[in-house]
Amino acid sequence: MLKTFLIGIKDVRLAFRDRAALILMLAAPFVLTVGLGLVTGRFSSKTSSGISDIPVIIVNLDNGQLGNALADVFNSADLADLLEPAIGSDPEAARKSIDEDKAAAVVIIPEGFTKSIIPQQSDFANGNVVAADPVKIEVYANPSRSTGAGIVKAIVDEFLSRVEEGRVSETTSIEQLMFSGRITPQQALAIGSAMSEGIETTAPASTLAVKINSSTANGDAVKFDALAYIAPAMALMFLMYTVSYGGRSILAERAQGTLPRLLVSPTNSAQILGGKVFGIFLTGAAQMLILIGASSLFFQLKWGDTLGVIVLVLAAVFGATGWGMFITAIARTSAQVANIGMSITLIFGIMGGSFINLEQLPFFVQTFSKITPNAWALDGFTTLGLGGTLTDLSAPVIALLSMGSILFLVSVVLFGKKNLVQK
Amino acid sequence: MSAILQVQNLVKNYGDFKAVKGVSFDIEEGEIFSLLGPNGAGKTTTISMLSTLYTPTSGDAIIGGHSITKDPMGVRGIIGIVPQDLALYEDLTARENLIFWGQMYNLSGKSLTTRVDEVLEQIGLTDKAKDRVKTYSGGMKRRVNIGVGLLHKPRLLFMDEPTVGIDPQSRRAILDTVKDLNKQGMTLLYTTHYMEEAEELSNRVGIFDHGEMIAIGTQKELTQQVGEAETLILHVGENDDSEALAKTLKDIQGVQQATAVDHEVSVVCAEAEEVLAAVVTKANDRGIKIRSIDIREPNLEAVFLHLTGRALRD
Repeated sequence: MLKTFLIGIKDVRLAFRDRAALILMLAAPFVLTVGLGLVTGRFSSKTSSGISDIPVIIVNLDNGQLGNALADVFNSADLADLLEPAIGSDPEAARKSIDEDKAAAVVIIPEGFTKSIIPQQSDFANGNVVAADPVKIEVYANPSRSTGAGIVKAIVDEFLSRVEEGRVSETTSIEQLMFSGRITPQQALAIGSAMSEGIETTAPASTLAVKINSSTANGDAVKFDALAYIAPAMALMFLMYTVSYGGRSILAERAQGTLPRLLVSPTNSAQILGGKVFGIFLTGAAQMLILIGASSLFFQLKWGDTLGVIVLVLAAVFGATGWGMFITAIARTSAQVANIGMSITLIFGIMGGSFINLEQLPFFVQTFSKITPNAWALDGFTTLGLGGTLTDLSAPVIALLSMGSILFLVSVVLFGKKNLVQK
Repeated sequence: MSAILQVQNLVKNYGDFKAVKGVSFDIEEGEIFSLLGPNGAGKTTTISMLSTLYTPTSGDAIIGGHSITKDPMGVRGIIGIVPQDLALYEDLTARENLIFWGQMYNLSGKSLTTRVDEVLEQIGLTDKAKDRVKTYSGGMKRRVNIGVGLLHKPRLLFMDEPTVGIDPQSRRAILDTVKDLNKQGMTLLYTTHYMEEAEELSNRVGIFDHGEMIAIGTQKELTQQVGEAETLILHVGENDDSEALAKTLKDIQGVQQATAVDHEVSVVCAEAEEVLAAVVTKANDRGIKIRSIDIREPNLEAVFLHLTGRALRD
């Protein structure tokens, strides 16, 4: 285990002493992030998310005060650039549109939604000021447009959290007044109605704070930052370069004689291969964390929930490392690894949404993108940028870990067949 | 003395090609044993099997009581290897290289740093220890390459043509290091195609050709195989046909072997003085100008020539 660690550390040291590698690992993604940030206006006064015209279908079966308020949020001028809302009436037809990839998400506001939130006259008459369990709003998301669907879901969540805050404070206040005998049930009705109007009017206005986004885990309201998409997109693209560079080092060590020398030392093959993999993983993780740190420092970019970012980085690097090993296992020389690695860096970058938001790409590309660590990790970083936390990252994290594990196992089998060093 | 290495009918085949054809020999503790043979003779393949890098097709070798086929990890703990090609991390400093390789040989803590300092001193690179290896000359790199092999004080050190491609000064330093190590009690298996190195260093020599050990013994024992034969070395002009001359010289009575390499013709004979006149005459008859003539006493070159009909550098 110690030797595995030592070999990994040695590889990190070598990677960070290679000027050419440093340029592609750190300088290139940083410069591209700055460049794309300038293009999107991130560094000017007018900000833009880089994401626009997300198609969303609103099916409002409630037609009450709150249902209408939520529909108004989606149709508000503030979100006009971001969303492209359409009104639907049939939930099944709307869901079908999603299945046919015609929209990013459907928001179905069920009948009785307002009633379930705002106490009615009969409730006060019965002395029961706590409304029935709220009827749930359904967000039917398109899995191939996870970023857009995530944004829609974030808007709905924010709306609901504001409504819930208002509902709890209202019922608590009225209950206290009634039980202390300061108001009668009839007076409670009048007060409840007045406060409900407050919820109705406050909710849409408050939701405007969401704009393109919601809030961080600790409650700080943030806007979705264009760089929160661009920076991880570039970092992930060049992460693929880093893992292929690491894989290349296995074949390079064979050619330069250090691998045979390792094999005749009292170090077994598993320790050596493990050390090489660990080195690739550590280098990738260091690259990602340096880029995250630099963008936070220089651009005040908020990546979101710290724990979520760390877990996602490790999962993304693990998935990418699997690809690095696979490329190495199928290539014969380090030059081949370099060529394949550079090609995959660019192809995965495009397919994974590093240059163009995946939702603007054809459906088959969106589907195919699921084989790339870029797409999954970018999905996760977008979720975090939208205010999500570690608990919202289960899909990308599981996908990335599965990807890395499968590719690693396949690579070990291929390395075994290839008889990498022993003759 | 007891044998630290016992090689038993070692074979290595690559498909139909037989790289090593059933080699057997022993090395005694404390000796320098040279494997002498031309490039491609199978020396490096043999060392690669003995150091557990390659698996033998058949046969075995016992090193310090450990079988290379059954207990390779046991073997690796007691051997050191200095490979023919440099096997170093050029972006690390000499000290960093030595520390890393020391760790791979299970050294750690103060014993590691102390040993690294000793080795740096031994290879004469203490002052340059913090420079990256890629900034070193070829000779300095060779010295670090040797230093790595010495770190864990192996009982048996394999050195595979450590002087190939370096300047005479560095070569001299390496040969002196080999002798020093042996004086300190280390056993060495040294491969070379330079006869002079084998003659200078070795207690015993194994002559290798086409994957076979064709002769083994001390220098005296080996030269006795060619009797009291001497070797005439004729240096001819660049445009002269040395091979044709060698063929002609074989016809002279008393000449045992005649071979040409580049612009040199080696003539093995019982008494050089007896054939010298005839050799010069034959050369003149063919219009070949002899620029100089050396007469050499029986040596390993002559043994190889005697055994194979070819010069070592063929």
